[in-house]
Amino acid sequence: MQNWIHAYSLINLRFLLMGLGVTVYISVISVVLSFIFGSILGIIRYSKIKYVSAIFGFVIDLIRNLPLLLIIFFTYFGLPNFGFKPETIPAAIMAMTIFESSMIAEIVRSGLNAVDIGQMEGARSVGMTFLQALWHIILPQAYKKMIPAIISQFVSLIKDTSLATIIVVPELMQHAQVIYGQNANYILPMFAALAVLYFIVCFSLSVLGNHIDKRMA
Amino acid sequence: MINIITHYGHQLLIGLGWTVLSSVLALFFSLIIGSFFAIMEVVPNKTARIIGRAYVEILRNIPLLVITMFFYLVIPLYFVKINGFTAGTIGLTLYTSAFIAETIRSGIQSVDIGQMEGARSVGMTYWQAMRNIILPQAFKIVIPPLGNQFINLVKNSSVLAFVAGFDLMYQANSIASITFDTINSYFVVGIMYLIVTMPLSYYMRYLEKRVA
Amino acid sequence: MKKKFLLFSLLASVFLLAGCGSSLATQSVLKNAQQANTITWGVKGDVSLFGLIDVHDGQQKGFDVDIAKHLTKHILGPKGRATFVTVTSQSRTPLLKNGNVDAVVATMTITPERQKILDFSRSYFDAGQSLLVPNNSKIKDAYHLNGHTIIGVVGANSVQNIKKASPKAHVIELQDYAQAMNALKSGQGEALTTDNGILYGLAVQNPGYKVVGGTFTKEPYGVAVNKNQKDFVKAINKALDEMQQSGEYNELIKKWFGNVPGFNYKELYRK
Repeated sequence: MQNWIHAYSLINLRFLLMGLGVTVYISVISVVLSFIFGSILGIIRYSKIKYVSAIFGFVIDLIRNLPLLLIIFFTYFGLPNFGFKPETIPAAIMAMTIFESSMIAEIVRSGLNAVDIGQMEGARSVGMTFLQALWHIILPQAYKKMIPAIISQFVSLIKDTSLATIIVVPELMQHAQVIYGQNANYILPMFAALAVLYFIVCFSLSVLGNHIDKRMA
Repeated sequence: MINIITHYGHQLLIGLGWTVLSSVLALFFSLIIGSFFAIMEVVPNKTARIIGRAYVEILRNIPLLVITMFFYLVIPLYFVKINGFTAGTIGLTLYTSAFIAETIRSGIQSVDIGQMEGARSVGMTYWQAMRNIILPQAFKIVIPPLGNQFINLVKNSSVLAFVAGFDLMYQANSIASITFDTINSYFVVGIMYLIVTMPLSYYMRYLEKRVA
Repeated sequence: MKKKFLLFSLLASVFLLAGCGSSLATQSVLKNAQQANTITWGVKGDVSLFGLIDVHDGQQKGFDVDIAKHLTKHILGPKGRATFVTVTSQSRTPLLKNGNVDAVVATMTITPERQKILDFSRSYFDAGQSLLVPNNSKIKDAYHLNGHTIIGVVGANSVQNIKKASPKAHVIELQDYAQAMNALKSGQGEALTTDNGILYGLAVQNPGYKVVGGTFTKEPYGVAVNKNQKDFVKAINKALDEMQQSGEYNELIKKWFGNVPGFNYKELYRK
């Protein structure tokens, strides 16, 4: 019991919350960026532009099929070979964005494909351009159906930020490791704190997602 | 790059072996555990439903890394020693079982409720109807996405590197730090992951198209 | 759209050209540092006494960190700034090669293999590899470990040393010393091996564990910089000389190792 009280000292709690702050910061930026990039990429892939869609599709598939951990290594250790030297937090955001954009792109592509092709044809036949039809007719329907999949992808994103501890990003997992690294008696309280804090953030997002889903439906 | 393949090819193949073994074991066990909790989520007993729901929600909302490290560092302090490979595989199994439970539950619930009523009206018990009528249909919906789960497992199994699980990523880290050739080590390992995941991913897409 | 395309061509090139990336090491790190009046140091965050993150303020603290701070003042002058990046044994070499950090003071042993790709200052601390075991352990030294499971850290040369001393020891490599120590506590291995300085730090933090077997290797720690940075190495060596002559070095030794049981810090004094 003593261990638990000491483990949750004000200083340790503050340190954990600092880590949580970084986790949330990385997550929010990566969610926004990967939603935008993922949507654009998904649409490019859906549009079947000659060569372009195929090339983008192939790159997306490459990224989707690699472990995120490897992509984190590439952004942190690999990009500097090309003159760009990100610090740990930007490197983590880039890795998350690259990986999650391609996951979202796949969700968007299959969401768009699920909309009846007749609708596109109908819209085109009344004089809409491809982009008009996409924007006004196809996308709104597709996104409504995609909400649950996208939300659960974003929940995964938040959880996956914990992998960034491997390049010593000062996020929640890393900070918990620092605390139990300095006093092994705190290890169980730290894992309890990790479970609870990650659960609160991820579960809130799930609940919010369900709420949006219900309102849109 | 060629250097790494010629000098460390053997070590990398061993890593690939552990990665695939861990993923296969985790897929098998998470299917069993996932089915169990999916059924708990739909039975009439309210307590069972709550337990089933709680299991899924908890494991879906905690990072795989946290679960894995917990089994590697914490469980041995209080209960039983678990080595890195086993801890990683248990972590993968529990984490994936929540996703599989979710898929099977929605599979069960998408089977028309009339079928349950019909089966009951011809004298079947709830469990008979579940086993003979509902579950076979639910599994038919669930089996195709399992390929995608396996791809996720292969990718996620890289957490074994955190607990010295001898997997591909662990070997990559080790080779990178011996050769100091970081990028090429990870590059080679990236290709090895892709050799497993890419064909499977295209095959899954082909299956989905054929079903649709 | 254009930005997106750039990002992806960049990424594609990472994949395609990974083997062909040219070295950035043609610029003088020292000149750049003087211009910016800042040196970026890679230090440890998981090693007690040398570089440990303080939960009060999130800053790294330890002997290595203080050495880096003093070196900065000697090289850039009293107004020179030192910034710190936390590195692990795994990440320090790539970060140095890539130029994310200017120099590394992170319990890094000068070895012939590393000297092929990095330049080192002369040794600033003489460590030696040893073993940390539970008090009731039967392990006595590094030469009778065949069949035993030994815990090390990814990227540390201690892992290779143990394989030389006991070729049939099972070595498992963890991410950092925090995980390694907890793995030892959880019984994942029978001993933790690395340099004695680090092990004494761990023994202080974790009652019930002791350092055994003396030192079976010599591990001179050097300040590492990228290859072909001769002027920077020279400046670091000169600064180290100045620190020894002025007594700053001995003060730092006393500050960090003065209260470590089992460690005669005065042996480390340099004149």
